[in-house]
Amino acid sequence: MRAARTAAELLVPAALVVATALLGALVSQTNEIYFITALIYVSTVVALYVFVGNSGVLSFGHISFFAVGVWAAGVLSIPESEKPATMPYLWDFLSSTTVGNIPSLLIAAAVGGVFALVVGLPLMRLSGLAAGIATFAVLGITNNFLRYYEKVGPGLNVFSSVPETTDLLQATIGALLVIAAAFAYQRSRLGRQLRATREDPAAARAVGVSIYRQRLWAFGLSGFLIGFAGGLYIHFIPINVDAVYLDLTFITLAMLVIGGTTSLLGAVVGALFVSGLDSFVGEMEDGMTLFGQTVDLPNGSRIVVVSSIMALVLILRPGGLTGGREFSLPRVSRKATT
Amino acid sequence: MLVASGLGNFARDALDLQVQVDAIGLGAIFALMAVGIGLVFGVMRLVNFAYGQLIMAGAFALAFASERDWPVAAGIALCFAVVLALSLAMERVVFRPLRTQSAAVMLIATFAVSFLLQSIALLWFGPLGKTATSLVELNRPVSVGGVDIRKITIAAIVVAAICLVLLVLLLGRTSIGLHMRAAAIDSSTARLLGVRANMVSVVSVLIAGALAALVAVMLTVQYPTVTPTYGLQETILVLAGVVVGGMTRLVSATLGGFLIGYVSGLLGGALPSSQSQYLPSFLFGLVILVLLLRPDGLFTRSRGLVERV
Repeated sequence: MRAARTAAELLVPAALVVATALLGALVSQTNEIYFITALIYVSTVVALYVFVGNSGVLSFGHISFFAVGVWAAGVLSIPESEKPATMPYLWDFLSSTTVGNIPSLLIAAAVGGVFALVVGLPLMRLSGLAAGIATFAVLGITNNFLRYYEKVGPGLNVFSSVPETTDLLQATIGALLVIAAAFAYQRSRLGRQLRATREDPAAARAVGVSIYRQRLWAFGLSGFLIGFAGGLYIHFIPINVDAVYLDLTFITLAMLVIGGTTSLLGAVVGALFVSGLDSFVGEMEDGMTLFGQTVDLPNGSRIVVVSSIMALVLILRPGGLTGGREFSLPRVSRKATT
Repeated sequence: MLVASGLGNFARDALDLQVQVDAIGLGAIFALMAVGIGLVFGVMRLVNFAYGQLIMAGAFALAFASERDWPVAAGIALCFAVVLALSLAMERVVFRPLRTQSAAVMLIATFAVSFLLQSIALLWFGPLGKTATSLVELNRPVSVGGVDIRKITIAAIVVAAICLVLLVLLLGRTSIGLHMRAAAIDSSTARLLGVRANMVSVVSVLIAGALAALVAVMLTVQYPTVTPTYGLQETILVLAGVVVGGMTRLVSATLGGFLIGYVSGLLGGALPSSQSQYLPSFLFGLVILVLLLRPDGLFTRSRGLVERV
């Protein structure tokens, strides 16, 4: 029975991903991109969950690790012949190296992970608002740097000619891998220690858990996974530095909070729900027929709709859609004593 | 050697009176925003990320008025009306229902409000925005002892000083001020003793809103082009400044806001142009450094970090 419950914790989120992929395979080519986007969001949000969900500390800096993943995978997989035209100031070793699809994803993950560890080394000593603002500052610095430092990438320009290798299959496998890693982590000794610090820092310290060390591990792993998601993303659509800043930070955090911050299932449900909604409104912007009536919303409505619904979910169901619980794990939740 | 001479240049430029005056002017505006954010945080324990969008809305109101050649006073009145109405609506619809939630949930909710208002502005006014020109006259400089001071800089410093004095009087000398301070220290005990929580939060949100409207008036003088992301960058910096200063007390939060505006003005005036594009990195780097050294805030007395059980 216990084993079945444990398995459900992994299998239900995985099944949701597979179901999304199967749906995506059935629809037309033009609609397929919505499903691929949703699956990449799943990878991103689950990666974010590894740190935020398990530690209970909000991070606004994760999109920096996503961004360096995008940069690493993007710069390294653009064909050598194209590089001088789009990125003339690139460092020599970057412009003379080109790697394939899988290596570029692994490098993206490694760069994200190492960057997160380096950043986390000093920052994980902070908590609360100070941690929030400090991680935000990291995002600001990373964005500023990538925007103007043209020796490591295209600067303000859009990444062009990155091979578009992230198809439905690869996005699905990627999301499943990230979910498996997140599951393995949260069931591991390290993961349990970190969750203990989230529930009661004082008690966790009393039994010898180092809050700093546990947060640092999770931050690094989380950066590794989100760097990987960044790699998947740049192999899917060409983007520039503006696409990996505030909007993405907002939407991924929102997905996590809407789904339910403290569970893996919540991360997956939130990502799928919000990106589904986003795609739906996006379609309506282009005009679609609904219940026999043509709906045609002006461009830009999607953020209006998504952010209102997000505010609504937060007001009506502050614990998120899943209430922050895993599937079929009836636990007595400790009510806040305020 | 190069670094030394670079630093020398930097110090000389930074000590330049012109740069100093402009930095203080920017600091004054940031300090007002910091009061607005710090006041709401003190009473409701809520970090209002949507504060910048209040300023943006006020700025659009001013642009609306100036496009129709309304008298300046009418434009400013419209600006205050719009910002105050929006503040009240925000308090009623979002802040109040979420009052008992965790700081993270509230912050994300204000994130949502912020993006909502931004995208409404985008739909309504387009990405290029509008121009508010009625008060541009204030942007002209007057020469004082060889230093060109723009009138708005003087106005900003004077207005900020007056507002802070008024606020200190309100908090210290009136009963609603007493209630607000009580709610800031211990909200549940204050309620037990008869402080009306809704009243207190409405008043603090209104004061914060009035300050946002003032900031909108002063910012549009300096930057007349109003876009949907107007005030966003400033809000982010002020939020960082407020936390750097110390959110637990209004004074330290205000000082933090002033400080980040001042440093930002200083760096902007003194960085060589080849590096000025990295200004945000320098600022955020300083923020991180200060937070690591003084996580509870620069202007607060440090308390023990570890919670005793």
